[in-house]
Amino acid sequence: MTQAEALQEYLLRLADSDMILGQRLCELCGKAPALEEEMALMNVALDLVGQARNWYEYAAELIDDGRDADKLAFRRDAHHYRNLLLTEQPNEDYAVTMGRQFFFDVWHYFTLKSLTESSDEHIAGIAAKALKEATYHLRRSSEWVKRLGDGTEESHRRMQDAVDILWRFTGELITPDDTDRVMAEAGIGPDPDQLAQDWRGMVKEVLTKATLTPGAEDAWMYMGGKHGEHTEHLGFILAEMQFLQRAYPDATTW
Amino acid sequence: MYAQLVETGAKRLKTLEEMSPEEREFQEKVDAETKIEPKNWMPEGYRKTLVRQISQHAHSEVVGMLPEGNWVTRAPTLKRKLQLMAKIQDEAGHGLYLYSAMETLGADRDEEIEKLHQGKAKYSSIFNYPTLNWADMGAVGWLVDGAAIVNQVVLQRTSYGPYSRAMVRICKEESFHQRQGYQILLDMMREGTDEQKAMVQDAINRLWWPALMMFGPHDDESPNSQQSMAWKIKRKTNDELRQMFIDQTVPQLEFLGCTAPDPDLKRNEKTGHYDFGEINWQEFYDVLKGNGPCNRERINTRKKAIDEGGWVREAAVAYARKQKQRTQAA
Repeated sequence: MTQAEALQEYLLRLADSDMILGQRLCELCGKAPALEEEMALMNVALDLVGQARNWYEYAAELIDDGRDADKLAFRRDAHHYRNLLLTEQPNEDYAVTMGRQFFFDVWHYFTLKSLTESSDEHIAGIAAKALKEATYHLRRSSEWVKRLGDGTEESHRRMQDAVDILWRFTGELITPDDTDRVMAEAGIGPDPDQLAQDWRGMVKEVLTKATLTPGAEDAWMYMGGKHGEHTEHLGFILAEMQFLQRAYPDATTW
Repeated sequence: MYAQLVETGAKRLKTLEEMSPEEREFQEKVDAETKIEPKNWMPEGYRKTLVRQISQHAHSEVVGMLPEGNWVTRAPTLKRKLQLMAKIQDEAGHGLYLYSAMETLGADRDEEIEKLHQGKAKYSSIFNYPTLNWADMGAVGWLVDGAAIVNQVVLQRTSYGPYSRAMVRICKEESFHQRQGYQILLDMMREGTDEQKAMVQDAINRLWWPALMMFGPHDDESPNSQQSMAWKIKRKTNDELRQMFIDQTVPQLEFLGCTAPDPDLKRNEKTGHYDFGEINWQEFYDVLKGNGPCNRERINTRKKAIDEGGWVREAAVAYARKQKQRTQAA
């Protein structure tokens, strides 16, 4: 794999993960447990889709085959999507929604933090802005994990269930593959070992405060999103998200 | 806007002579355009009317997120998706802001929301119509936010200070939404395919009359208007506002190259206004009574969100209590 190929791949991963998690949060419009949460969820979703657009635009520039950011988002099928499996998991109850957000936010925060020092200036620029948003996302989801974990008996049970359900999707966040390694060696992407260590450290710290038990470190992990092998959920997400582009392929302006 | 048929509890207006000294002082203040603030004395009817109107307005912002939520997962481009998300976020913010204004009158947000879920409180009839194609996101912005603005611009001068200030802020954002909505339609009409143009006309056909209904019944059918006008909670009558809306909207409609589903819509050279056909008032009252296409779905969705979120809110309260105890113990 050349560095150029790895870079395109890496940008699509960043973009797709933001996009799919943003899409999941859009599904919650009007369904949040409080009006304040309604606003916060849409705010986080807005940040994520906005970041996705930035990554897609840069990816489109490098791929340079005539596809723009919208084509990348709305005209690729599931096996071309490179998002983390975690991001495509369903909203379920608010514990799962927040657990998914928290595991993602920890990864996102440390990834972006490292990317602000990327040798690729374009990436560093996008990451600098995104990091501010992700810092707020992480603070918010950490607070919710603690509230739910250390709230009532019911919320504790639900939050622990959420951790247990989602744990098998967290390995993908911190298990590097060739693309990750090439990016790290080029000084473009984060050092995988450091990222894994930071992620584990913060997750452990917050879960402990939340009186929750993390999954086992050697637990079996479900991976494949980064290579386009997804769970059954992604196809349905895209069927909805890409409906207009698929139904009206001749429309060039919306 | 988003407030229709707000009950004032008054059968007729009192004259200044019939008023108690407090009432008279209050009315004179209102007449002099001095804003009423939360700590000022106010007649109970004024307070109750405002609670009804502001809560109805707040409920409308929140319920109004649902027809847009119906398309936010299916927006056609990243730009349109982001715009719609930002609009929905603004609406949640307007809801919060309005509930706060309402709480300055001693009302309780949870209690008022409970009334909504029990079907005892109203919200704008427009949100009981479905959004059936993407152009509805443009038409809602243009027509629905447009109708809301006509009312809200006037409400910036409403007599109750917190409500008036909320309106100033909300109007700015709504105007932005309206322009965005119109742009969606304009882009589709100018550069879209025939199918997209048909979507635009279809959206206008469905939303035109319901948008006109947003202003409420004719003045002579609006028993509460007189008292609301005297209190300067309302500043213009339903028919005046509706006419203002039509006069400003028809040229925009023509510029789009679309038509309204009203054969009687025509510029009256004598008055300088547009004449228009009669609204189907039976439909209006049916929708208000709960018999619109989406009344059940809208309320069920809101009720379900709040009911199923109960354990989340309880956890937040329990956690806050524990944290407080820990701080005190430390």
